[in-house]
Amino acid sequence: MIKQATGGWTGKILRVDLTSGKSSVEPVPEDWMHDYVGGRGLADRYLYEEMDPTVDPYAPENKMIFATGPLTGTPVPCGARYMVVTKGALTNCITTSNSGGHWGPELKFAGYDLLILEGRAPKPSYLLIYDDRVEVKDASEYWGKGVFETEDGLRDELGIPNLRVACIGPAGENLVRFACIMNDKHRAAGRSGVGAVMGSKNLKAIAVRGTQGVPIAEPEAFMKALWEMRAAMDDNPGKKAFNDFGTAATIDLTQTFGALPTRNFQEGQFEDFEKLNGVAIRDTRMVATKACFACTIACGRVTRLGEFSDKFMVNMHPRNWKQAGEGPEYEAAWALGPDTGVGDLDAVIKANWLCNDLGMDPISMGSTLASAMELYEKGVITDDQVEMPLKFGSADALVRMTEATAYREGFGDELAEGAKRMGDKLKHPEVFMGSKGQEFPAYDPRGFQGMGVAYATCNRGACHLRAWTPAIESSGDADPHSTEGKSEWVVEEQNKSTTHDATGVCLFVGFAGATIELMVPLVAAATGVPYTVDEFVHIGERTWNLERLWNLKAGMTKADDSLPKRLLEEPHKSGPSKGVTVNLDAMLPIYYEERGWDSEGVPSKEKLTELGLGSL
Amino acid sequence: MQMLKIVPEKCTGCMQCELACSWVQTGMFQPSQSLIRVNVFDEEASYAPYTCLQCDEAWCMNACPVNAIGIDSGQAKVVIDELCIGCHLCTIACPFGTVFTLPETDKAAKCNLCGGDPACATACPTDAIEFVEGQQAGDWFEQWGDRVHSRYLEAAEK
Repeated sequence: MIKQATGGWTGKILRVDLTSGKSSVEPVPEDWMHDYVGGRGLADRYLYEEMDPTVDPYAPENKMIFATGPLTGTPVPCGARYMVVTKGALTNCITTSNSGGHWGPELKFAGYDLLILEGRAPKPSYLLIYDDRVEVKDASEYWGKGVFETEDGLRDELGIPNLRVACIGPAGENLVRFACIMNDKHRAAGRSGVGAVMGSKNLKAIAVRGTQGVPIAEPEAFMKALWEMRAAMDDNPGKKAFNDFGTAATIDLTQTFGALPTRNFQEGQFEDFEKLNGVAIRDTRMVATKACFACTIACGRVTRLGEFSDKFMVNMHPRNWKQAGEGPEYEAAWALGPDTGVGDLDAVIKANWLCNDLGMDPISMGSTLASAMELYEKGVITDDQVEMPLKFGSADALVRMTEATAYREGFGDELAEGAKRMGDKLKHPEVFMGSKGQEFPAYDPRGFQGMGVAYATCNRGACHLRAWTPAIESSGDADPHSTEGKSEWVVEEQNKSTTHDATGVCLFVGFAGATIELMVPLVAAATGVPYTVDEFVHIGERTWNLERLWNLKAGMTKADDSLPKRLLEEPHKSGPSKGVTVNLDAMLPIYYEERGWDSEGVPSKEKLTELGLGSL
Repeated sequence: MQMLKIVPEKCTGCMQCELACSWVQTGMFQPSQSLIRVNVFDEEASYAPYTCLQCDEAWCMNACPVNAIGIDSGQAKVVIDELCIGCHLCTIACPFGTVFTLPETDKAAKCNLCGGDPACATACPTDAIEFVEGQQAGDWFEQWGDRVHSRYLEAAEK
C-alpha cells in the first residue's frame, strides 16, 4: 500500500495553452510521483505520454515542461533547481535543461510541481503566475529587449517586488539554436536550445510570485536529515574550493590532465589558462560571491568589468556600464576562452555577460565560434563572408560575434545554427565537436577517457552533468586513459544523477560532501514515501530508459551515440594526454550490455519490464 | 543580553534565514511568511538580511493602543496575539519596517528571537546572522551609524 504523499510535492500541475490563453490545474497521478520522484523524471513521463517525439521542435505541438522537485523550495542545501523538459531545438532529442536561482522555488511556492506549456501564442506574450492567478499577457513592449531589461521592466510594470522572472533574450526570439532560458538575470536553463523553443512559442517571459508554503510529511526526520547533510558539507574541502574559486577552479584540473580542449579540440592544454582560472577571476574581477536559493556553497561569482577595463564597454547600455554580472563559470570560461584561444579575461567576461543578457548558451556559442575559427584559418571561410577576421585568440571577434549571433547579423546568422548545422552547410562536418548535435562541454575525452562514453550516450546530447568521470579519473581511482570500468561507472552515475536531478537539488552538493545516502532520507522525510538508495538508483535507471525510448521514437539510432573523428583518430601531439585517442568501440558495447540494451542500443523487453516500463 | 548581529557583507542571498523563520512561524517552508527578509540590491551585488532590532525604545510598543506588544525574558519585543486587534499602527510606527501583518489573521507579527534561539542565525551558512552577546540593542550597528554620520557631515559641509 502506497502511503499518501503529504509533503514535498504540491501534487498540482499548471497547464497553460498558449494558443487560447486558457489555463487549468490538475492533480499529478500519485503512482507517477512515486515512480519518478518529480522534476526531470516526472516531466519526462508527461512528455512521453502526451507528445509525439517526431514533431519539429518549433512546432506548436512541441510541449515545454518546467518541473520542480520535492526538495525545490526547501532548505536542503541547493534545493533551488528546476528542469526544462522539451524537444531540443539544437538536438532534436528530449532535453532536460536545469537551472538554479530563485525562479524554481517561486513556482513551487505558487503551488505547482510542474508547469506544462502547450501551443503557440498568437503574438509576443508573457505568462504571469501569482499563486492561483494565471494570465497570458501582451509582451510586445519587451520583445527585442535583453534579459536584464525584461526582468526589471516586468517587475516595474507589475509592481511586485518579489517577482521572479524566467525569460528569453533576443537570441531566443531569433531562434538561435542554442538560445537559453534565463532566470533571475544570470541563471540559465542553458543547453539544447530550450530558449529557441520558448521563442517559437512567442513566449517572452514567465513571471512568478508564490506566497504558499512547502509542507513536510515527517518534520522531525526531515530536520534531522537536513542537519546531517549540512554537517557533512560544512568543512568539506570541495565546498570550500567552490566557494573560494568558483567552478572555474576546474581549469587547473583539466589543464593538468591535458583535457582542457583548446582551439576547437586541436590541443589539450591552453597556454594562457592562468589568465582565466578561478584564482584570476577571484583576485582580479570578482566583487562578490552569490548563492542560489537555499545554497550553502555560493559558487556564483559576481564580476564587474567597468571599474577595471573600458575596452569592452562598447554597445553596453549606459545603465549597465558599472553593473555587475555573474560569471563566468567554468564551462563559459572555457568555451569563450581556451576553445576560441582567447586568453583575455575581460573579453571572456564581456562575452559571457552578452550571452546572459541576450540569452544564449556560452558553451555552444564558444564552441561554434571555435569551429568557425578553425574553418577561417583553414581558408574555408573567407574574408568576404565575415565582417572581421575570425582568428583563434581574437578577443574582438569573440565579443562582436557573440552579439552578431544573437541578432543573426552577417556571419552570426550561420553561427546561430550551431556548429553541426554550420559545418554541414559549409561541407566541413568534421569541425563539429559534439554529439547528437550538441557541442561538447569542457572536458576532452582524450584526457578523461570515460567522458567519451558519457558524451556519446547522453540522452540530451553531449553533456558533462550526467556522469562526470573526472571524479574517478582525476583522483587516482581510475586510469584516465584506460577504458576499463568506465562504461560501468558511467551507467551507475547516470542513474544516480538522474534521480538527483528529479529531487530539485543542485548536483554540486555531490562535490561538496553530500552523498546520495544523505539525500535519500531527505526526499523520504519530505514526501513521506520511504525511498531507499537502491530504489533511487532504480528510479534513475527507469527515467534514463524512458528518455532513451523517447529518443528512439524521435528517430535516433545507434549512429547517434557517436563522437567526432577527431577524438577517435587524432591524438594530441604533446602534453599529459599525448598519443591518446578515445576508444569508443571498446566502451559502447559494454555500456549497452550494462544497460540491458541490444547491440543497436534498444532497451530489451526484459529490461523495460523490470523497470515497470513494459507497457510502453 | 543576547542580540542578533547582521553583517550584510557576509550574506550571499541564499534565503536560508527566510526558510528557517517561516518554518518556525508556519511549520512550512514559506518565505512569504518570514519575519526576516533578505533585501537584494542586484546592481550593487549586495544582499541585506533585516529584521527587528529589538529597539530599547520600541516605537511599535509605544504606538500600540492596547498594549499588545510586550517584552519577554530575553528582552525581545513580542506580539501578544490575544490582545492584538489588528490596527496596523505598530507596522507604521516601526522606523525599520520590520513589523508585518499576517494576511490570514490580519494581526501583527514580528521577530521574537524564537524565545532565545533564533532559527535564522542557526540556519545562516555564512555567519551573516549571528546571535551574540551585547550591551544594548543595535550595538553592532554603531560602526555603520558612524559611517553614515560622517557621510552626512561631509554632505552638509558642501
